[in-house]
Amino acid sequence: MSVLADLVLPTAEQELWRYSRIGELDLGAYSVGASTTTVLGDESVVSRDAQLMLSDVTVEPADVFEQLHAQHTAPGGQPDTVGTTHRGVVRIGTTRGQVIADPILITHHVHDTGIMCFPSLEIDAAENSEVTVVERFQSDDQCRSLVVPMVKIRAAQSARVTYVAINELGANTWLIGYQRALGGRDSTISTSTIALGGDYARIRAGVRLIGQGASAKQVALYFADGTQMHDFRTLQDHAAPRTHSDLLFKGAVKDHAKSVYTGLIKIRDNADKSEAFQTNRNLTLSSGSWAESVPNLEIETNDVKCSHASTVGPIDDEQRFYLESRGIRPEIAERLVVFGFFADVINRLPAAAQPDALRDKVGRKLLGDTTSATSNAGARA
Amino acid sequence: MTVLSIRDLHAKAGDTQILNGINLTVRSGEVHAVMGPNGAGKSTLSAAIMGKPGYAITQGSITLDDVDVVSLPTWKRALAGLHLVMQYPTEIPGVGIDELLNEALAERGSNQSQLATRIGAEAVRIGLDEALIHRAVNVDFSGGEKKRNETLQLAMLDPRIVVLDELDSGLDIDALRDCARRVEDLTNERKLGVLVITHYSRIFADLKPNFVHILSKGRIVASGGPELADQLERDGYDAFTA
Repeated sequence: MSVLADLVLPTAEQELWRYSRIGELDLGAYSVGASTTTVLGDESVVSRDAQLMLSDVTVEPADVFEQLHAQHTAPGGQPDTVGTTHRGVVRIGTTRGQVIADPILITHHVHDTGIMCFPSLEIDAAENSEVTVVERFQSDDQCRSLVVPMVKIRAAQSARVTYVAINELGANTWLIGYQRALGGRDSTISTSTIALGGDYARIRAGVRLIGQGASAKQVALYFADGTQMHDFRTLQDHAAPRTHSDLLFKGAVKDHAKSVYTGLIKIRDNADKSEAFQTNRNLTLSSGSWAESVPNLEIETNDVKCSHASTVGPIDDEQRFYLESRGIRPEIAERLVVFGFFADVINRLPAAAQPDALRDKVGRKLLGDTTSATSNAGARA
Repeated sequence: MTVLSIRDLHAKAGDTQILNGINLTVRSGEVHAVMGPNGAGKSTLSAAIMGKPGYAITQGSITLDDVDVVSLPTWKRALAGLHLVMQYPTEIPGVGIDELLNEALAERGSNQSQLATRIGAEAVRIGLDEALIHRAVNVDFSGGEKKRNETLQLAMLDPRIVVLDELDSGLDIDALRDCARRVEDLTNERKLGVLVITHYSRIFADLKPNFVHILSKGRIVASGGPELADQLERDGYDAFTA
C-alpha cells in the first residue's frame, strides 16, 4: 500500500488529464483487491488467468495506471491480497477462420469497498475469425473502490471483432480504464462504450490500424447525473494505406454532472487514401452541468479524407417549442429530444449491447428515477 | 361552438414592440385570413397566440372560450384546443412522426388503438409518403413534405382552432392545394376554426376565407369579406398602409 501511495500520479496540467478529477485521487486509500469475474460463452476460446500476450497493441507510452496494471496482471507478479483464485484476467483467442456465433459475456462485479482492482481482457482474433465480447463493470452504490480495467484487442487479417463495454458501476466507484485495439489488413474492429455509472469514470480508447484496408468503428453513449463525471480520451491512429475509422461519441450531462471528450485523429505519412471521421456531441441538460469537447487532427499525408465535428449545448429551444406546441408536456418533450439525440448511437450498437434495455435506463436516468420503469403511464402518473 | 377571442393584443418580439392592439374573433368553422406585408407582425401574432419563447404579451388578452390562454404554457394551450402550423417546421433528429403523435395523443387521453393505421390513412389522404411516418420529424424533408406533415399532424390532433402561419411558403402548388383542401375539409367535417396568416391570396383558391383582415404595423387596418383579398390583389398593400 505504501508503494501505491508513493507513486507519482499524473496531474490535470498534463494534456491527457486536462479537466479530469485526477487531483482528487488518493491511491493510499485503496488496497489491492479483485473483482468477482464471471464469463459466459464458448469456453473453447476462453482462458482465465492466462498469460497475456498482446504487449505491442499500442505505441503510446504507458502511464502510471497502465504500469500498475502490468505489474498486477503479469504472471508471478504481486498476488492479490484477498486470495481469490483469479485476478480477473481473461484471454479470448480464436483460431483461423473460427466464427463464434454467440457473444461472450464477461461481468466484473466489485463487492469490496476500498479496493483497487485490475480486470484484464485480451481479445486475439486470428485470421478471418469473428468474435463478439461484452464486458460489464458493476458495483454497489456504497462501493468506494477504484477499477482499472484494460482491454487489448488484436484483429489479424480479415478478422472481425466486436467489443462492448458497459459501465454500470455504483455512484461511488471510480473507473480509470484503457481500451487498446490493433487492426491488421482488411480487419474490422467495432468498439462500443456505454457509460451510465461510476463517480469519476474515464476511458482512454485507442485504435491503431496497421494493415492496409483495416477499419474501425468506435461508438460511445454516456449520460452523467448528480455529481458524476465521464471522461473520454480517444485516438484513431492510421498507420497503413486505405484504412478507415469512424468515431461517434454522444453524451448528456444533467444536475451538476460533467463530461470531457478529447480525441485525436492521427494519419501517418504512409496512410494514403485513408478516411477518418470523428463526431462528438454533448447535451447539457441543466445550467449546473458542464461538458467539454476537444477534437484534434494530426495529418502527415495529403491524400486523405478527414472530418471532425463537435458540439456542446442545451436542448434546442425550437425543438422544445415544436413538441410543446403539439400538446406534449415539457418533461416528455425533453425525453423525446434526448432519446432522439441518442438514437443514431443506439442504432449503431450491436444487438449484444441490448439497445432496448439501454433506452429504458436512459429514460429512468432522465426522470431521476432509478426504480420504476419509464412507460407513458409512469411518466404521467 | 368554440370562440378564439383576441382583444387589444400588444406584443413584443425580443425588445421590439410589434403588435399594437389586435382585435380578432375566430369561431368554429370560420376561416379568417390575416394578410400583411413583411414586417407587419404576422409571425409575431402566431407566436404570441401559441406562447413561443422570446415573444411577450405586454397588453390585452387571448381567450379560448372561457380559458385565459395567455396564462397557460404552450403545451396546455395545445391541449385546450389551439394548434399552430408552422411556417418553418423544426427538424427533430431521432424522433419519428409516429412517436410524436403517440405522445401528443397520450397527453389528450385519446384512444390510441390502431394509431398506425389511422396515421397511415391520414398520410394517404394528405399525400405524404407513408414511409416518412417512421422517420425523424422534418429531417431531410422537402418543403412540400414538411407542410404535408404539418397538415397530417393537424388532422390527427384535431384541435378546435388552428393558426396557419404561412402554410403557403416553401412548397410547390400541388402540395399547397392538397394541404389547403385538407384544412378546408376539416372546417366542414369537424368545424375547425382557422386563422390563415399569409402574404398571398393564392391559398384562397382551395381554402375559402369568410373574413379577410389586413395587418399593418401591428394593427388590423381593414376587415371585410373575401372581396377584400381581391381588392388587395388589385391595389397592393400600399392602398391600405399609406
